[in-house]
Amino acid sequence: MKFWDWNYTLEILPALLKASVVTIEATILGFIIAAILGLALAIMRMSENRWISIPTAGFIEFIRSTPILIQIFFVFFVFPEFGIVLPAFVAGVLAIGVHYATYCSEVYRSGLENIPKGQWEASIALNLSPYITFRDVIIPQAIPPVVPALGNYFVALFKETPLLSAVAVLELMQTAKILGSETFRYIEPITLVGVFFLVMSLIAAWLIRRVENFLDRSLRNPGR
Amino acid sequence: MNLRSLAVCAIVFFVAGLSVASFASFREFLPGLLEGALITVEITIGGCILAVVVAVPAALAKMYAPWPLRWLAIAYIEIFRGTSALVQLFWLFFVLPHFGILLEPLSVAILALGLNVGAYGAEVVRGAVSAVGRGQWEATVALNMPRTMALRRIILPQALVAMIPPWGNLFIELLKATALVSLITISDLAFKAQQMNQITFRTLEIFTIVLVFYLAISILITVGMRTLESYAARGLARGR
Repeated sequence: MKFWDWNYTLEILPALLKASVVTIEATILGFIIAAILGLALAIMRMSENRWISIPTAGFIEFIRSTPILIQIFFVFFVFPEFGIVLPAFVAGVLAIGVHYATYCSEVYRSGLENIPKGQWEASIALNLSPYITFRDVIIPQAIPPVVPALGNYFVALFKETPLLSAVAVLELMQTAKILGSETFRYIEPITLVGVFFLVMSLIAAWLIRRVENFLDRSLRNPGR
Repeated sequence: MNLRSLAVCAIVFFVAGLSVASFASFREFLPGLLEGALITVEITIGGCILAVVVAVPAALAKMYAPWPLRWLAIAYIEIFRGTSALVQLFWLFFVLPHFGILLEPLSVAILALGLNVGAYGAEVVRGAVSAVGRGQWEATVALNMPRTMALRRIILPQALVAMIPPWGNLFIELLKATALVSLITISDLAFKAQQMNQITFRTLEIFTIVLVFYLAISILITVGMRTLESYAARGLARGR
């Protein structure tokens, strides 16, 4: 038996490419949840009302210190007991999105805490409502410096998507496993999946560095 | 987050989990889960040891070794940081037998997770070593110390203190990644959870208790690393 069969590789490539679309969809949807929910969690955690901030902090710590695989199982198997039946893809993306929202919330928090107090005081002096203060004063200053850190979590989230195979979502890993079990040749499909992830994360890392440089420059000479 | 609030969270979740569990007679699935938890702890400890053992030489090779070794270290770090832990686990599990290397699933689990976290750990070690002041290196040159001796007796002991908190985070990452080994037929906590779920159908109780188990182990790791950190930092302060 040959170690590497190029004909077989070419044969399975279309199926894997089709499955990689599901992986990319899951990544993007998951990150949208993470980015939006993360900001909400960060603001709730910084709330002055202890009845909001302490439970939020507890929730974040709990999600961060338990495995994402179990959380996917939890959403997929336990939610139906409460009458919420989700398809495997939705359940998986939701679990991954919420898991990474807790990581992103810490990133947002570091950005929000770096806003000088004077900005808040000036907003009060100008009689801006809390909503307007957040939307027009605080957020535009807090987000750009933390974009690179968010980018790192984007890559990390991308690398978690093979977990969706555990609830039988037909993404890249699951497809590779099925291909392998049909022919008993696992070398090609699984190596190809590994190469795909390596290439995508290297490209993503390069893009993040570009964005970082761009933000560095635009923050140093703001177009005023 | 400080220790006290961690402890409060732990107690709240433990009581919540217990009160949920007490609705059912959880005697039918708790022994199975504890068995699984033991395997999880075993893999976590094995993986942590392997990660540290791999990370330190990889980091030092990346920083100081001649080019063949350096490139090897860079390739190792980039490959294991650039692909999914699950893909690495499957690769070692399904592909290694084709090369005639037959390992037990448990060894594969420890190997894959240890190497994966070791690659991240190598960057932690590198960061900590390069954060030691330049003056320290210059002083060792002035004292005519050989480079390896300077590294061993001057640089690494100082880097060690800076390394401990990020290593704590990595150990928790490793603990969470052990849930993946259930997918290569190891009966760890996550596997037992599914198995017990299929037998007893007490889905809510089982998965909640499993989450609390993982939380408890990760709090143990956090507390252990804090203790280690204060111990190591004390040694450094005395030396100054």
